[in-house]
Amino acid sequence: MFYREAGDFKTSYREDSQTFPIKFDRLRYYAVLVVAFGIVPLFINDYWANAVAVPFLIYAIAAIGLNILVGYAGQVSLGTGGFMAVGAYAVYKLMTAFPDVNIFFHVIIAGFITAAVGVIFGLPSLRIKGFYLAVATLAAQFFLVWLFNKVPWFYNYSASGQINAPERTVFGVFVTGAQTSAMAKYMFCLVMLTLVALVARNLTRGTVGRKWMAIRDMDIAAEIIGVNPLTTKLSAFAVSSFFIGIAGALFFAVYLGAAEVGEAFGIQKSFLILFMVIIGGLGSIFGSFAGAAFLVLLPVFLKNVLVGTLGWPTDLAAHIELMIVGGLIVAFLIAEPHGLAQLWRVAKEKLRLWPFPH
Amino acid sequence: MKKTLTALVAAAMTLTTAPAFAELVVPNLSYRTGPYAANGIPYADGFNDYFTLLNERDGGIGGEMVATPECETAYNTEKGVECYESTKGEGALAYNPLSTGITYQLIPKVTADGITLYTPGYGRTSAANGKVFKWVFNFPANYWDGASVAIKHIIDQEGGDISGKKIALVYHNSAYGKEPIRTLEELAKKHGFELSTLPVDHPGQEQKSQWLQIRRDKPDYVLMWGWGVMNQVAIQEAVNIRFPMDHFIGVWWSGSENDVAPAGDKASGYKALSFHGTGMDYPVYADLKQYVVDAGKASGAGDQVGTMLYSRGMYAAMIISEAIRKAQEMAGKSNVNAAEVRDGFENLDLTEARLEELGLPNFAQPIKASCENHGGPGSAKVFQWDAGAKKWNEASDWIESDKDVLNPLIEEDSAAFASENNITDQCN
Repeated sequence: MFYREAGDFKTSYREDSQTFPIKFDRLRYYAVLVVAFGIVPLFINDYWANAVAVPFLIYAIAAIGLNILVGYAGQVSLGTGGFMAVGAYAVYKLMTAFPDVNIFFHVIIAGFITAAVGVIFGLPSLRIKGFYLAVATLAAQFFLVWLFNKVPWFYNYSASGQINAPERTVFGVFVTGAQTSAMAKYMFCLVMLTLVALVARNLTRGTVGRKWMAIRDMDIAAEIIGVNPLTTKLSAFAVSSFFIGIAGALFFAVYLGAAEVGEAFGIQKSFLILFMVIIGGLGSIFGSFAGAAFLVLLPVFLKNVLVGTLGWPTDLAAHIELMIVGGLIVAFLIAEPHGLAQLWRVAKEKLRLWPFPH
Repeated sequence: MKKTLTALVAAAMTLTTAPAFAELVVPNLSYRTGPYAANGIPYADGFNDYFTLLNERDGGIGGEMVATPECETAYNTEKGVECYESTKGEGALAYNPLSTGITYQLIPKVTADGITLYTPGYGRTSAANGKVFKWVFNFPANYWDGASVAIKHIIDQEGGDISGKKIALVYHNSAYGKEPIRTLEELAKKHGFELSTLPVDHPGQEQKSQWLQIRRDKPDYVLMWGWGVMNQVAIQEAVNIRFPMDHFIGVWWSGSENDVAPAGDKASGYKALSFHGTGMDYPVYADLKQYVVDAGKASGAGDQVGTMLYSRGMYAAMIISEAIRKAQEMAGKSNVNAAEVRDGFENLDLTEARLEELGLPNFAQPIKASCENHGGPGSAKVFQWDAGAKKWNEASDWIESDKDVLNPLIEEDSAAFASENNITDQCN
């Protein structure tokens, strides 16, 4: 009824190639933006920001980053945790070395530093593929964690090896440190996520994204039609690591405030983000959001239901929660191997035909 | 999908914001799952049971019932943050997260929110300096005290001279395990021993290479800063390479029954520090049995009563309850708030006589806190495991830490924190 192209005439190329060509989709997108920027900040409190919203926004950035590498360019990576650590330590070193520069620029520069590191660890992708590449990126994960543990320069020689985010402001409002309000944290991460999602969406729709997908679908064929595998694969690693670095920087500076590399950026983090991408849907920006939401919100939700509402003992609830989340992941992947994004796509197809499916 | 999930979460949240039914809330951020559960469970049980005892026997503290809402952190900092945010709204008076990682996260948060963070024997060592850390207390002892006490014990054993000896530190490769290294380096300079450090990565199940190195280097003593499953594996590995167990000394977090039990009889002689007594020989256990265990109100499975870490959970609960009592006395009312409880901590005066009244004679060292001193006496005892009798025997009297070495280090570290966060001396 509402969800259809019919009657939605495009009179310019610009209109024809916009991100959301269907009017209903476009309106929905603006509605989400209005709610996220205009309404949520008015109601958000410490609990919602720190337990739900901020981790969701940050994991969504990381998932978009990994989705570009795995979903669009087809290069499997298990080094996400390590690259997030690069972002976190880069932003820490920048924050402590240049306290007068705005934190916003520090986060962006941390992204670029991570991109450079990502390119270096992406070099093996020119020779190896699939599982072998996964193992090579696994080496990045362990090497980077080891490096940040081993070299005291990275944590400014503190006795415990912990890094602590100093207080920094944007437009006079605290965004890191203890005095940060829930709203400031949320808004800072939301602005970053919006920028990242816009860039990612438009990259994947253009030449760069098409090259990535060509390499993903068949690298030899892509090479024959003139796609340079060197620049394509390395650009995928660079862009992906850039986003993951931003996510790592925010994760440390805005969300946690203090971090230690083995615990915050270990191998579990790499797997968690990979699961987000797989459950959300490979090769889909919406999928990155859906996967992050699924894996961040579901455990918190289950915990609140089982412990808060039903009053179960915390250990039983924690174990049951693991089983439910694990079971749901398995069930999802059997029922819909292409992830939540595919469910969304199917739903849209159905809507397009509704109410006359034949 | 996303929207329905958000809606569901919203529904769940509104359901969970139930009003607190007790006046005094002391959240118990515990972990009963994951690789650290073997140590987290007895501690959480002891913590809960002591407050249950106060509620059942005395009707709470000063007539106010105490609630200890439990929240599972799995020793994970992200879950710890979630637990802190979800419980602080209930009127939490003090936090005791039993994790150095979570402590580092919470120090800035409690400082901004004005809630006491009590970290007995763990957390950030330099929080002993009350001039900088207004809301954090870590008496009676901290990691650096532990390192110094262990070295003093070794000096005693060696008859006063340990120059040229080799001492190895096996540590959990995290903020917790790295804490003692600075102090041990200073002590190595002072006493002339040779220090080598062997990190073990989380969770600590894989230690073959570290113990191979110990076997090759043959250090005279091995110190351990381990936690969770790492302790059990380390003690088993030490048994496997036939390292003399009485030359293997763990800090207080590496000395519970659950750590030595898997190694069986061979673990006999293993030493660990503790800043309190253990075992069932204290009068408080008669009340505990009557009001809590036999009444079926014990926390968890109820099988940990009297163990080392159960005693420590009870110790932490006892200190918090005494601080609340002090706060009530100072404020002249029973329903104290978080700021008043902090003052209670700062003016805490725990004497031998008071411990005896509580049914815990000679259980711990007296504490006299002040605005500057949030660190307490810093002394500990050495305990030795007897696998035959399955109990920890005292192997030393109270050993005091070497304040000449520690105080400058604490000053230096807290000054660094103060300058990073623009904190001025809070006691003047």
